[in-house]
Amino acid sequence: MSSPFFRFASPVRFYPMAGKLIPWFWMAASVFGLVGLYVGFMVAPTDATQGDGYRIIFLHVPASWMSMFIYVVMAGWAAAGLAFHTRLSSMVALALAPTGALMAFLSLWTGALWGKPMWGTWWVWDARLTSELILLFLYLGFLALHAAIDEPKRADRAAAVLALVGVVNVPIIYFSVKWWNTLHQGSSVSLTKAPAMAQTMLWGMLLMALCFWMYSIAAGLTRLRAIILEREAQASWVLQLPEAA
Amino acid sequence: MKAIDAPVAATREFRAAPREGSPVLAVLQRDLLLAMRRKGEVLTALFFFVIVSSLFPLGIGPEPALLRKIGPGVLWVGALLATMLGLQRMFASDHADGTLEQMVLSSAPLPLLVAGKIAAHWLVCGLPVVLLAPVLGLQFDLDAASLATLTLGLLIGTPVLSLLGAIGAALTLGVRGGGALLSLLVLPLYIPTLIFGAGAVQAQLSGLDPGGHLSLLGALLALSLFIAPWATTAALRISLE
Amino acid sequence: MNHWTSLSDFLHMGGYAAYVWGSVGVSALALVVEQVLLKRRMETIVRSLRQRARAERMEQGLA
Repeated sequence: MSSPFFRFASPVRFYPMAGKLIPWFWMAASVFGLVGLYVGFMVAPTDATQGDGYRIIFLHVPASWMSMFIYVVMAGWAAAGLAFHTRLSSMVALALAPTGALMAFLSLWTGALWGKPMWGTWWVWDARLTSELILLFLYLGFLALHAAIDEPKRADRAAAVLALVGVVNVPIIYFSVKWWNTLHQGSSVSLTKAPAMAQTMLWGMLLMALCFWMYSIAAGLTRLRAIILEREAQASWVLQLPEAA
Repeated sequence: MKAIDAPVAATREFRAAPREGSPVLAVLQRDLLLAMRRKGEVLTALFFFVIVSSLFPLGIGPEPALLRKIGPGVLWVGALLATMLGLQRMFASDHADGTLEQMVLSSAPLPLLVAGKIAAHWLVCGLPVVLLAPVLGLQFDLDAASLATLTLGLLIGTPVLSLLGAIGAALTLGVRGGGALLSLLVLPLYIPTLIFGAGAVQAQLSGLDPGGHLSLLGALLALSLFIAPWATTAALRISLE
Repeated sequence: MNHWTSLSDFLHMGGYAAYVWGSVGVSALALVVEQVLLKRRMETIVRSLRQRARAERMEQGLA
């Protein structure tokens, strides 16, 4: 297909382009990260109720956002692969999944470390954390299903159906967990009740979110290049690459 | 002359005859006949439900107040797990003997055939759970109104479990590590049903109206009836190509 | 801009040091581990590609 949209849908053309893009995303991630950490850890004031422990939100919230964002993007690419039969789309979905799962894990870890000093227990059955745990299971299910099927095309398509079913279910799951949480805990504790946001706190979260976003793209593109090489190993263009010399 | 038993005859008839009458009923009837043949597997899931429900009080303690608190959750989780035990059976044996491919190739719309299989699964695995639950609920000292809420909730919720489970069963058809993988895929999807189902009974126990929870369960049923046959059909085609 | 008065205050994080730095540490570690694993994955596939390229060149040389 010669339309520009489909031009880069071929792994052949995308592989070198991805290679050129990756350093830029690393640079963006580093810049946002350094500024974001500076703002969050040094400039933002100490919170009245939560002391300096609240600073974990500068990692927790971006990780949560990215875990959910990546899942939706992953499902979108998987859907594109199903609908248009483009190999690269399915590879993008597969490349994003581990990074998304990592973000979900970090969200849970930082959430636990935030909750422990505030509410006294390592695990708080807060609606957001519980939904995050279920999201992690959805990521792991996607990866496990893909890994269990030997034939790559079938694996791509089966995992794509799973991702789409998952993406429809995520709002339902979140709603049901929120319902369950308010029933059992009333309006008491909630990790979502972050301190009243000073300007600097908002900036810190935004910058760190951008940092995680740029990082996720860089990691995803790197993994995508590895996947392309693995899948297309039989193709002649792969053997012409400088890396293969 | 050797008597041909009913399920084998049903299979032959299904394969040979042109598709007249309702394809859903044909598939349903055949699956029920086959399930009757393999009563053992069906009863295993039921026994599992019974035993799991007894294990929790044994593990936790017999005080009635405590049992009433954990009862709804335990029974719903037991129902979930018992349904899951029967899921792989939905497509596996038909896949093994080639009937499934015939179904996919037949002129009858595949979503309807799939709906028939899901209905059979529910009649065989889900309905017995619904019927047993009030009896087991007595073990947890639940009162009549709560038992009614439990049963009604399971009646609405177990079809959802069969519907969503069918998607997982179709995706993992013939895949190694099938059972464990199927659980990983399907259990997160079951969580809203669990929350609303058990929540309904808990509401009833606290003297509140369980109507809201039950309506939400109804909404889940409507949504799954809409989505699951199509997703399962897509998954079957992917697994069989 | 910086409202911390000393380095030790900063590290102390108002008593929450273990939680805050535990979060920062694990996050950094996770990202590093991801990159290391990716690098190894890339090296594995490139190595196998090199071997195949060499084998093909030898075949062509013999042909």
